[in-house]
Amino acid sequence: MSTTAQPGAADGAAQQKPPAAPPAPLPLVELQDLSVRFGNRDILCGLTASLRGRAIGLLGPNGAGKSTLINTLLGFYPPHSGSARVFGYDIRTDTKKLRGLIGYMPENDAFISKMSAVSLVQMMAELSGLPTGVALERAHEALFYVGLAEARYRQVGTYSLGMKQLVKLAQAIVHGPKLLILDEPTNGLDPSARQRMIGMIHEMRDSGEVRIVLCSHLLRDVEDTCDEVMILKQGRIVHYSDLNEERRSNRRFLEVEFYGANGDFSEAIEKLGCECALRSNRLKIILPDGVESRDIFRLAAERDVRIRKLNFRRDTLEDIFLKAMES
Amino acid sequence: MAVYRRTYSSYTGALTPAWSRWFVLFRYARRNLFRSKFLTAFFVACFFYPVLCLAAIYLAHNLAFLEQIGAPSGLLVIDNKFFFYFMNVQGWLAFVLTAFAGPGLISGDLANGALPLYFCRPFSRSEYVLGKASVLGILLSQITWVPGIILFVIQATLAGPSWAWDHLWIAGSLIVSSLIWISILSLLAMALSAWVKWRIVAGALLLAMLFFGAGFAQAINAVLRIDSGHFVNIAYLMTTIWNSLFQIDAERAIPAVEAAIALLVYCGISLGLLMRKVRAYEVIR
Repeated sequence: MSTTAQPGAADGAAQQKPPAAPPAPLPLVELQDLSVRFGNRDILCGLTASLRGRAIGLLGPNGAGKSTLINTLLGFYPPHSGSARVFGYDIRTDTKKLRGLIGYMPENDAFISKMSAVSLVQMMAELSGLPTGVALERAHEALFYVGLAEARYRQVGTYSLGMKQLVKLAQAIVHGPKLLILDEPTNGLDPSARQRMIGMIHEMRDSGEVRIVLCSHLLRDVEDTCDEVMILKQGRIVHYSDLNEERRSNRRFLEVEFYGANGDFSEAIEKLGCECALRSNRLKIILPDGVESRDIFRLAAERDVRIRKLNFRRDTLEDIFLKAMES
Repeated sequence: MAVYRRTYSSYTGALTPAWSRWFVLFRYARRNLFRSKFLTAFFVACFFYPVLCLAAIYLAHNLAFLEQIGAPSGLLVIDNKFFFYFMNVQGWLAFVLTAFAGPGLISGDLANGALPLYFCRPFSRSEYVLGKASVLGILLSQITWVPGIILFVIQATLAGPSWAWDHLWIAGSLIVSSLIWISILSLLAMALSAWVKWRIVAGALLLAMLFFGAGFAQAINAVLRIDSGHFVNIAYLMTTIWNSLFQIDAERAIPAVEAAIALLVYCGISLGLLMRKVRAYEVIR
């Protein structure tokens, strides 16, 4: 949403001061040449980035270094070189202060099997510094919020995989953190549970009280919830994009699947003034003003090209991801 | 039924002091421990011998009653040997209690990957170990030096200030010998449970370490014709130190100082093993 004053606006309005631009949010995560090494293996190599979004997605194939980056930000792994700051706190020197601001939902199983969900979440709240009474109250609230109200007195060891995911989320939010780090939050969830999890992430993000770092290899999860995305590959940043900006600027294009064409067909389309990209028997065409799909059909008919499929699309996160992986 | 808010809300209230957080772990671990009826019953049974000792002290100061039953006058003497035997009995009970209670303290967290949940908070690994060790520390103190000191105070009250002054060193011996035993037992139990991550196996290993350790030490001594084999026998090392602290004349194969150094090394190794395993995530290099 733009707030820029338009030239030629009414005189009265022109004399008014333009509304002040909202202050740019503080960088949530700042990475400066951050490298992490286990033994002789470089896991993260010289990452430099400044992430400011309300919800930041970390994407990448398995082994790209997403979880290592999260664990480094939490102070679990020491950086080999470079530095990282979260909310301006250095991860090496201000670890305790930083951890007080963070809620973390780990990827793998993490629970105490002999404890009830209420006790577990209350204990985690108390370890974060909440007084006993408040911790108990917030533990109930968190479990109600994630949808485990009925099962909250059961031992966590008896829970299904989906319920264990919800307990992990409850313990991550119980102390009201400023930053929520979610590592593969929809792992093992059925479609409806996944939908509910995504809904909760949306709601927390939109509340403005917490910022989110979501690490996933499921593109849809990131696309549904994040406004900024960083793609990692083999410990390096291969792409960074502001999804909101991307959505705004992303032009609609025509995707055409065809048979029996040669280079002549794409050349003819380019002569119409279209931007064109050919991959095997698929063409991506950005139509300029004045050119319509019927012109494409006409060119195809003239060259005896059979069009199998034609539809309008926008670049999805999957396209961005695949492009980043190819690079 | 309370109606709970179903929205996300941040917390802006007061926080507890950071130094007190390890106590949270102590409270929860202790509560979990006493859910076991067997452990609770055993813990209560550990007070049987101190009560017996209390009766003995009472009888020792009731000469009229002893004369009535025709007991010889020197039958009940409350001295360093009396407290040495007390320490031996309670020390072994402490060992059995540790074998039951100790391994479950950490193995559950490790087996279910709960450590990242602790360490993603403003809570350090040392605080975690302190919180868990304090459960055993306080539990074992309750059956060793605390009743020992109570018995000493009662004896001192009945025998008079001169006895108390002459035997004050016994109180010190009770505390020091208990604390050494508690430290070695707690660290061993936690280190073993951290490495095997299975409560029952860790308990069995702890028992085996003491019982097989004695046999192994004897075998080494017999085959190699040396006395150094005793260094692998933790119970022998501890008894040597107790003998020295309670001034008991007994032939020991190794000096008390060397036994103390050996136990210190065991404590260091256990702590090292423990700190190696108690991490949010294990790095595979």
